[in-house]
Amino acid sequence: MSHHTINGHDAHVAHHFDGPQHQFDSGKLGMWTFLAQEILFFSALFVAYIVFRYNHPEVFAYAHKYLDVKYGAINTAVLIFSSLSAAWAVRAAQKNQQKLLIACLLTTILCAFAFLGIKYVEYKHKFHIGTVYGCNFAPSETPNGTKIDWPEAPKGQCRALKASEAKIVVEPPKAADGTPLEPGSPEALKAIAEADKNSTSRYSQLPPPNTSMFFSIYFAMTGLHGIHVLAGIAVFIWLLVRAIKGHFSEAYFGPIDFAALYWHIVDLIWIYLFPLLYLIH
Amino acid sequence: MSSRPSWIRRYIFSTDHKIVGLQFLWAGLIFLLVGGLLAMVMRWQWAHPGEPVPWVGELLFSESNGAVTPASYTGLFTSHGLMMVFFAVTPILIGAFGNYVIPLLIGARDMAFPRLNMLSFWVTLGAQCLALASILMPEAPSSGWTMYAPLTSHYDSVPGHGQELMMLAIFLVGVAGIMGAVNYITTVLTHRAKGMNMMRMPLSVWGLFLTAILNALFIPVLAIAALLLLLDRVYGTHFFEPAVGDPILYQHLFWLFGHPEVYILILPVWGILSDLFSYFSRKPAYWYRGSVYAMMAICGLSGLVYGHHLYQTGLGPMLGTAFEALTLAISGPAVVLFVNWLCTLWRGAIRYELPMLFALGTLVVFAGGGLTGLYLGPITADIYMHDTLWVVGHFHLIMSAATLMGSFAAIYYWYPKMFGRMMHERAGQLHFAGTLVFAILTFGGMLVAGYEGQGRRLFDPFQYEFIVHLKSVNQYTTYAAFGMGLFQIIFAINFIGSLFWGTRAAENPWGAPSLEWSTSSPPPTENFSEEPIVCNGPHELGNPAVREALGKDWIGQSEVMP
Repeated sequence: MSHHTINGHDAHVAHHFDGPQHQFDSGKLGMWTFLAQEILFFSALFVAYIVFRYNHPEVFAYAHKYLDVKYGAINTAVLIFSSLSAAWAVRAAQKNQQKLLIACLLTTILCAFAFLGIKYVEYKHKFHIGTVYGCNFAPSETPNGTKIDWPEAPKGQCRALKASEAKIVVEPPKAADGTPLEPGSPEALKAIAEADKNSTSRYSQLPPPNTSMFFSIYFAMTGLHGIHVLAGIAVFIWLLVRAIKGHFSEAYFGPIDFAALYWHIVDLIWIYLFPLLYLIH
Repeated sequence: MSSRPSWIRRYIFSTDHKIVGLQFLWAGLIFLLVGGLLAMVMRWQWAHPGEPVPWVGELLFSESNGAVTPASYTGLFTSHGLMMVFFAVTPILIGAFGNYVIPLLIGARDMAFPRLNMLSFWVTLGAQCLALASILMPEAPSSGWTMYAPLTSHYDSVPGHGQELMMLAIFLVGVAGIMGAVNYITTVLTHRAKGMNMMRMPLSVWGLFLTAILNALFIPVLAIAALLLLLDRVYGTHFFEPAVGDPILYQHLFWLFGHPEVYILILPVWGILSDLFSYFSRKPAYWYRGSVYAMMAICGLSGLVYGHHLYQTGLGPMLGTAFEALTLAISGPAVVLFVNWLCTLWRGAIRYELPMLFALGTLVVFAGGGLTGLYLGPITADIYMHDTLWVVGHFHLIMSAATLMGSFAAIYYWYPKMFGRMMHERAGQLHFAGTLVFAILTFGGMLVAGYEGQGRRLFDPFQYEFIVHLKSVNQYTTYAAFGMGLFQIIFAINFIGSLFWGTRAAENPWGAPSLEWSTSSPPPTENFSEEPIVCNGPHELGNPAVREALGKDWIGQSEVMP
């Protein structure tokens, strides 16, 4: 690997730096400052999460069952692995291992796409069954697949707020003499409330009021995280192109180091999101 | 050096921190004008409610025969506040001075990340354009500058897409602010010239550096609050919806940014004042380290006092008392800073040049703003004063009078460095006298009316019987505000005229020791013809040994004693 130099000045060192070490230290400090800011950026969302969960613990206990732990776990593994490949890319650059560097960057990019692909499958399913944010929250089924008859809201009104009128599509509760009670009647509601005291009751599977909040915070947090993954993909593709051109060496690997740092924070945020959203008890 | 860059690369899409700084200055000054004009129309309404606004009324409010309507009035005060805080004062103080001054004062060739710097300006300009578009919409944002939920989170409460554009603009200006903060922090920590250790930096750099830290800490919180608000409004989520989410959460997030924002805007002024008092008293700044520690302490406390904005919104007595104690504690370091200034001036050989006049004026209005704030810290007094014009007068003394007069001091001081010419002395003095007198009258008038109980944001305050007798006070205040506005015309003429006809600036017109005066005015692209090596502190003035050796009362930071 030859050094690119112009008039004795390293081509990769911008004019206002004293030398490569100065440039590297500045870049690294800048990246750390940016990452500190990123944590505070997400921390406002975590505060919102804490407030909502404190106010409505039952919503979180119920709604997380809509999420598939399997997908979340795979994605966690994929991201952690991509963090490994990103860190390895730094090492490869430092040791002038050009092929390994390209392979590591490529692996990181592929893992990021895999993560987003799985996220896409999850999102699509949520839009399909109606477990979405805000007013559009009107799930057609409960977490274990029992159909729900969710009432249509009049135009301009919030469907999510019609939760009290939603019904499980099963046979209506029966009176003591065995005759079915009229759905929605005071007697039926009382029977449901009675049955709900038993945790295995199929009626207790209806989403509690304000369940839309869980999905608002879910989409806000994972969506913002997803945007960070997208930004990471863009950065790593740029690095891959530069790596193929042979820009990086033991003397110049700053951009890979900084991008890897960023990628670790994206990974770290997901490591918090996964238990907070998927693994609630 | 490589080939000379094109004109566009040098003056439009420039990565030179000096050009970026000047771009911020121009953009900020233009929006200062916009925000100021909005204030004038609003003041007219308080003096002559319901009467047609002279000159501009027919143009702005043609449907109501030139009179301000309730809807346009709410739009006016909202737009005025947002314009001033985010799109005028921030770009001037942090964007312009931060960019122009930091690398020059620490002996760097440029910012650490010049391209990020350029991007920061263009994102700011984009945000400014969005904000301007938003207030020109048929339904301008009209929720108050704080944009409290659930008022803003429902489209029907504050209709119109102006509100949404403004939220987007604030999000963008926040992103630009974060870019600037990352850049300033890195530059100060890694780009200081040899010998420029942290405790040799001029206090202006300390102020801007600490501001950047606060920006990096608290702007992200505002960005998320604005984003969630936008989601509530556009996508129907319920983050701040009382029945489902929590509207108080918005207030916490907003003021967790909002109160540090006051220090974000005033810290650069404090730093600049500390230097100017030293340079124009021909004395070292009194207890330099004390000023640094005081500013650090204020930074540390700034995020812990925001609760005093929420005394009336269900904070609870325990939290309220804690915030009360912390709020009052912040006056400790503030007084250290203030006493340091007074001690710097004490028995100094004071030169009443234009920057010094404005610095002294800033001292006066800042003292007024600080002391009136003491009434708002304790819960008992605040419950009465809350949402009155007292609050408005108080924070305008700090966030308008002090930041603006501080900015003027800085502009008069660095103008010769920026353009190589001096601003006109007499015109500057006139501008100073008019601004100081009318600022005190304007914001003092607000304090008087507020103390009497006049609420803020009232469309026609005199519908309330207990306010009727304050009409004359309101009218005097309005005329004072008009006076203050008129005196800014002198500044505008002076600023632009001096570009062409100002006398050529001497090499170091103020006899200041800091590094920027050791290079030409305006400085070359890389600032210094050879890298300065710093061997003196920033305030080496009035040293008898220096006078004996060099025959002048100061020695530059990179100047070696013979």
